[in-house]
Amino acid sequence: MQIVKEINAIATLAYRDVTKLLRDRLRLIVSFIFPIIFIGVLGTSLQENLGSNAGFNLLTFTFTGVLAQTLFQSTASGIISLIEDRENDFSQEMFVSPISRYSIIIGKIIGESIVSMIQAIGVIAFGLILGIPLSIGLIITFIPIAFILTFLGGAFGIFILGNLSSQRFANQIFPFVIFPQIFLAGVFAPMKTLPIYLLIPSRIIPLTYAVDLLRGLYYSGKEEYELIVLHHPLINLAVIAGMFIFYLLIGTYLFVRNERNR
Amino acid sequence: MESILSIKNLSKKYKKSKSPAVDDINFEVKKGEFFAFLGPNGAGKTTTISILTTTLSKTSGQVTVAGFDLDKEASSVRQNIGVIFQKPSLDENLTAEENMRFHAILYGMYPFRPLFSLMPKNYKNRVQRLSKLLDIDKDIHKPIKTFSGGMKRKLEIIRSLMHKPRILFLDEPTAGLDPLSRKNLWKYLVKVKDSQNLTIFLTTHYLEEAEDADRIGIINKGNIEVIGTPRTIKQKLLKEYLIIDSNRRDKLIKELKSKNIQYTINENIEIPIEHSNAQDIIKRIDTQLSTVDIHNPTLEEAYLDIIQNSHADSKRD
Repeated sequence: MQIVKEINAIATLAYRDVTKLLRDRLRLIVSFIFPIIFIGVLGTSLQENLGSNAGFNLLTFTFTGVLAQTLFQSTASGIISLIEDRENDFSQEMFVSPISRYSIIIGKIIGESIVSMIQAIGVIAFGLILGIPLSIGLIITFIPIAFILTFLGGAFGIFILGNLSSQRFANQIFPFVIFPQIFLAGVFAPMKTLPIYLLIPSRIIPLTYAVDLLRGLYYSGKEEYELIVLHHPLINLAVIAGMFIFYLLIGTYLFVRNERNR
Repeated sequence: MESILSIKNLSKKYKKSKSPAVDDINFEVKKGEFFAFLGPNGAGKTTTISILTTTLSKTSGQVTVAGFDLDKEASSVRQNIGVIFQKPSLDENLTAEENMRFHAILYGMYPFRPLFSLMPKNYKNRVQRLSKLLDIDKDIHKPIKTFSGGMKRKLEIIRSLMHKPRILFLDEPTAGLDPLSRKNLWKYLVKVKDSQNLTIFLTTHYLEEAEDADRIGIINKGNIEVIGTPRTIKQKLLKEYLIIDSNRRDKLIKELKSKNIQYTINENIEIPIEHSNAQDIIKRIDTQLSTVDIHNPTLEEAYLDIIQNSHADSKRD
């Protein structure tokens, strides 16, 4: 049956991504470095210098932001690597195999999501070392939210990928679509009050809702909730669902079209 | 013989290009045939093979591969072809066996299993048999990055044949391989071709590889210049000639003129032998000869002749 073949293919493609990460020690180490620098250096210095004025712990605030950002960004950049893969190694194999192009994309999103989850485990471990309050129950409830964030990152990656023609262009454009989001989504600083010219882009970008959903869960029932969380988690979930569908459908359509109409 | 590949009025023009990379080409490949597709860099070989293997869309034309329409039945086309790419398409982070396993699963031959030990017995037997055949059975669980170029190509061929394709597309498969590896690879491919009645569609820069082809197609600037067997291409384009010379060349030339024997002077004196045989010509010459030889045209000469004439034509245009 074709559907069983497609599911097997999706599982294979996802498994390949995870195997590649686990065998590439350098990539594994590098994937932990940036989150650790952001939390350890930036989060700690913000807390030490500005924490008393903020009204909440800026280290914990940075930790939750970086955790969401890692899940989103890592999946998105992993998906964009498809453009490089297209011209190299095993991916040529994928594109001449008798599986649906949609299966390739779904397999890639699932694989990169699992890769991001592995990176997130490192970030959480580092948070525990720094003394971020994290209960086992909270970590368990992070799991489904983490998958939602990785899927959003994956769909966003496909959307970017569908609009790019070459790896060189992808390398040039990716920092421009990720770095502004990191600052406008409130990964390091609260975004409750903003001038209108920052408020609009801040509320358009997907990372804002990813960060806010995770913080909504983390700060739920805590007194800092009102100071930090922008929207009710259900609103964040609804926006994320809408964005996921939009990015996935448009991105996949463009990717599949560009793939053959070069 | 039944046609397995049919190309009618195929054209491809890239978005940013002024002229088409492939311009209204037509040809067929028969079932079980070894078809070599030759041409200089940028002639349209890789564009054609990319279209035939469904990784690139065509601008116009009709293509059927293994009886399936390229546009409407792309998945069936993919199921019936094997492809060896110009650049190796193995995953360097995986072992040889993992590369084979992932291929087999993508082609729907086996269900997904994360480990070799969990795969069905017939898969394990097949991998062992194929790897033994190419003498890489001891390295099958080693990462690809430890393999030589020749071993990687062997593995790619094993992998591309796992799902029993009807046509194998080879896009410059021996580029970068040493002569011994190339020889071994062809030995294996010819064996497989004969045993499985496999159709081979080859693009190559090595003309000696094309000498063994059943038919050759030469493409240049997106147009098919000639299609035929290596023998007919050579005979059609290049003539055999007798090479002679004498220590008394002036006397020899005078004699040739007096006996109305056509000749050209290059390094030696060359006499075309299309309407007579070499022995008859030699019998007619009285001057003592210091050199006697017959030049048999090679495929390389025929190829260069086609490409150079095409360049000359385009300059005149």
